[in-house]
Amino acid sequence: MPPETAEILSSALFLKIALCGYGVGMLGSLLVVRQEKLANYVTFGSASFAALCGIMAAVLALAVEQGRVSPTFELWPSLIPYLSLGVRLDALGAFFVLIVSTLGLALSLYSLGYARGFYGRKSVGVLGAFFNALLLATTLVFVADNAFFFLIAWEIMALTAYCLVSFEHEHEETRNAGVLYFVMSHIGTGCLILGFLLLFQASGGYGFDGFHALGEKMSAVFHDRNNPDFPDVLHRLLVRRNAAFLLFLVGFGVKAGIVPLHIWLPAAHPVAPSNVSALMSGVIIKTGIYGLTRVFFDFLGTPPNWWGVTVLTVGTISAVLGVLYALMEHDLKRLLAYHSIENIGIILMGFGAALMFLHTGHPLLASLALIAGLYHTINHAVFKALLFLGAGAVLHATHTRNMEEMGGLAKRMRWTAFFFLVGAVAISALPPLNGFVSEWLTYQSLLQGFGTTPSLIRLMFPLSAAMLALTGALAAACFVKAFGITFLAQPRSEHAKHAHEASFTMLLGQAILTAACVFLGLFPTVFLKLLDPVTQQLTGVQLSAQLSVTNGLVLAGVDSQGGTVSTLGLTLMAVCLLPVPFGLWLFCARKSKTRIGPTWACGQPGLTPQMEYTATGFSKPIRMVFKALFRPRRDVQRDYDFSPYFAKTIRFESHVEEVFQTRIYRPLNRLVLRVSRRMRALQAGSLQAYLIYIFVTLLLLLLFAL
Amino acid sequence: MNLDPLALLLQTALLLLLAPLVSGVIKNWKAKLQNRRGPRIWQVYSDVLKFLRKDMVISEHASWVFSFAPYAVFITSLLVGLMVPMLTTQAPLSLFGGALAVIGLLALGRFALALAGLDPGSAFGGMGSSREMTLSAIAEPAMMLSIFTVAITAGSTDLSQIVQATQGPTWKLLNPTHALAFAALFIVLLAETGRIPVDNPATHLELTMIHEAMLLEYSGRYLAFMEWGASIKQLVLMTLLVNVFFPIGIASEATPAALGLSLLLYGLKLLALSAAVVLVETTNAKLRLFRVPDLLSAAFVLATLALLSTFLFQ
Repeated sequence: MPPETAEILSSALFLKIALCGYGVGMLGSLLVVRQEKLANYVTFGSASFAALCGIMAAVLALAVEQGRVSPTFELWPSLIPYLSLGVRLDALGAFFVLIVSTLGLALSLYSLGYARGFYGRKSVGVLGAFFNALLLATTLVFVADNAFFFLIAWEIMALTAYCLVSFEHEHEETRNAGVLYFVMSHIGTGCLILGFLLLFQASGGYGFDGFHALGEKMSAVFHDRNNPDFPDVLHRLLVRRNAAFLLFLVGFGVKAGIVPLHIWLPAAHPVAPSNVSALMSGVIIKTGIYGLTRVFFDFLGTPPNWWGVTVLTVGTISAVLGVLYALMEHDLKRLLAYHSIENIGIILMGFGAALMFLHTGHPLLASLALIAGLYHTINHAVFKALLFLGAGAVLHATHTRNMEEMGGLAKRMRWTAFFFLVGAVAISALPPLNGFVSEWLTYQSLLQGFGTTPSLIRLMFPLSAAMLALTGALAAACFVKAFGITFLAQPRSEHAKHAHEASFTMLLGQAILTAACVFLGLFPTVFLKLLDPVTQQLTGVQLSAQLSVTNGLVLAGVDSQGGTVSTLGLTLMAVCLLPVPFGLWLFCARKSKTRIGPTWACGQPGLTPQMEYTATGFSKPIRMVFKALFRPRRDVQRDYDFSPYFAKTIRFESHVEEVFQTRIYRPLNRLVLRVSRRMRALQAGSLQAYLIYIFVTLLLLLLFAL
Repeated sequence: MNLDPLALLLQTALLLLLAPLVSGVIKNWKAKLQNRRGPRIWQVYSDVLKFLRKDMVISEHASWVFSFAPYAVFITSLLVGLMVPMLTTQAPLSLFGGALAVIGLLALGRFALALAGLDPGSAFGGMGSSREMTLSAIAEPAMMLSIFTVAITAGSTDLSQIVQATQGPTWKLLNPTHALAFAALFIVLLAETGRIPVDNPATHLELTMIHEAMLLEYSGRYLAFMEWGASIKQLVLMTLLVNVFFPIGIASEATPAALGLSLLLYGLKLLALSAAVVLVETTNAKLRLFRVPDLLSAAFVLATLALLSTFLFQ
């Protein structure tokens, strides 16, 4: 290809620079690992630069090249047959590269300040090296062009993420969480390998192009199944396709954290350093979403109805359970981790609806539902990372993750409180911020789905929309609790009383993400143009023109008949209405004075922090309403001398158990241990026995092959 | 579909002026039914005006959230009011959002209110916030589902289009879908406006209060905005009920005669609904907190039945 001026500034070039940048950050920080300050600047500096290039590459690919030319190149000349490190930046990949790069930029800037907390305690260089490696591997996952390369990048990502989760491995909790993540992650990878093998068997290659062609073939077969000549071979192909669907759903589902495969998520997120938690919640679980999108909409062809029903059901359950368990947490970072499960559920609701629409042959609605899911993907990445960064700043200042020991931080950490509040409003799906926009799109696609099929199955659409409403309302309750208990009222501990504001770079990282929340909320139609190439690639429909009416200021659901919304318009209108209260103030209350006084404490002298509502108390009504699910347990011990009315000490404990832990994983764990105890007899330690095993295995394989 | 500044101005004025009157009427009628003389129906206006002129005492523990919340509550109530068709089928802000935005904005106001309840650090405020968020979390799906049912029959989430669709030649309330959805939404109305089976708007007893508990630390003009905002929210929800389910007489064109008739009928419908609310309030006792979810899940079941009945009757 002759290098013309127009092609020099291409997405491929920026992608290469970005990949090199992460590499430099990784190796450079290891070279200067002894000098903490230098390592900090080298590693996070080059990561920010690389992330900036990544954003450029993605925006160029989506906005300028519009996914028409997807740049492909070999990362490394192929030495081993089959193993080619082919890179391709197509529209779907570019969208996810945009997510990882945006977060990479904000998180790297934040880390410049955050990593100072590790000086003299932990090696900043090592942290930075893994951080860069994780960003590099994740970017490669999104641009890999064949199954081999994809799996290699996937594994590097899983391993570096494991190292980062276990970064503070001196705590036992951290080590346990790391191991749990590692095991769950590999169960997932096992399923993925089997799934890709099935695809290999059907297409005869490992390239994604071949898989894509296979999808088209299977669509044709699927539509042809009523044909009397429907051959047996093709029937078997469809059966295998269903197996592949389930394998990929489990494999990518573990990474995404869908219920009931989510158990590693609330364990691993809180124990990692906060910049890593933000990266895991913002990007790493989104690789599962990327995989599901890639496989469902690109490789497997027209879906049968039960796929969509399954995904929609799983999504709805994940959303509701995620937020319900989040409400029971008073560990700030665990609470946020459970919300990731909820939001993954919301994303999957969009995807499930899209699959159902593809089945019934409504590509327009399928695109709308897909857009809703993808929009929520980037929204969740942005506001969840923002909230984790806020939690990190709070953790930095108070040295605790327990909300019951915080309070009063809004006065001590003004900016962090403001940024966290923006994130809380966004994640609760309240207008005018971005969470509202993507949930609005999800509602629209679900509601319009009611008309697509005459069968009873269409009741699923409004009912899961109602569950989405429940999720949103519970999320709002949860973030009233999270923000209110953490930042408002009086400080509940000495640490909280002496909390200090975060450093400038830490605030800068949060400010970038806050701005992204506001932009994605107020200007959805601008952003939707970027999604055009993605839906074009996956469903063959471009929707952005139909989704925006009145010069692009108003968002509409496919057509303006279905309903419109304009977050920008509502915000402007709210500003226009401000003169009403202020006018009343000037008109009626000019002469009134404002005094500062104590809060009424029922006539008691002075209000102490012990009298405040706690996080546990706040969620008590919800615990009671949903007690069938939570099975709350409480132990009260009281010691008294002569009368139970004069207790000397009272000890109160309250627990909520996660049903999946007790009902599924613990019995499974016991079973595995019992089986492996039996299996141990096989491992006698004598070489002869092992040789016999090998011989028998070979013999069996030969018999099987015959 | 464009913005009409005059309609915006008129509806804003109507919302601001009518809302205290409806609250006043309900208070007055309730007293009459209980053999009390009761406050005059204009009493709420005097209350609000007096609050506006009074000095304020703000808690020493409160942060900026406390001062921000009254404006948020007041403005979101007004915004929601501008999205609901009152006198004409075309709501002034219908282009900027339909039923989903209405629910979202109400939730935004509630979010601010609940945070303000926690802010001064008193136990009552926290209790009010906790209860408010719990009950609204259960009420919201019921509300959403009943609005969806109506939206599905109208083919749009836009409230103006829903009203136009229900306004058709046939009397839609006889349709079981609409009757069930109306029943569900009526229960939600009682919960969202803090009426008696759920909350007692007249009490300051700490064990029963929800809404008032969050306002305990407010005084002066902030209290005025909070109270006024709450009454606007009540008016908006009542308007939603009467106009979506009984869409008679709503003007489709903005001629003076049509508007006058519309205003008259609208007033009558509001009075009828207020009478129903008063009747429920005087004939029922307040439920204890953990019985309220049963009531609200009954609303959810009614809404689900409404949805199911679309299979039978369409």
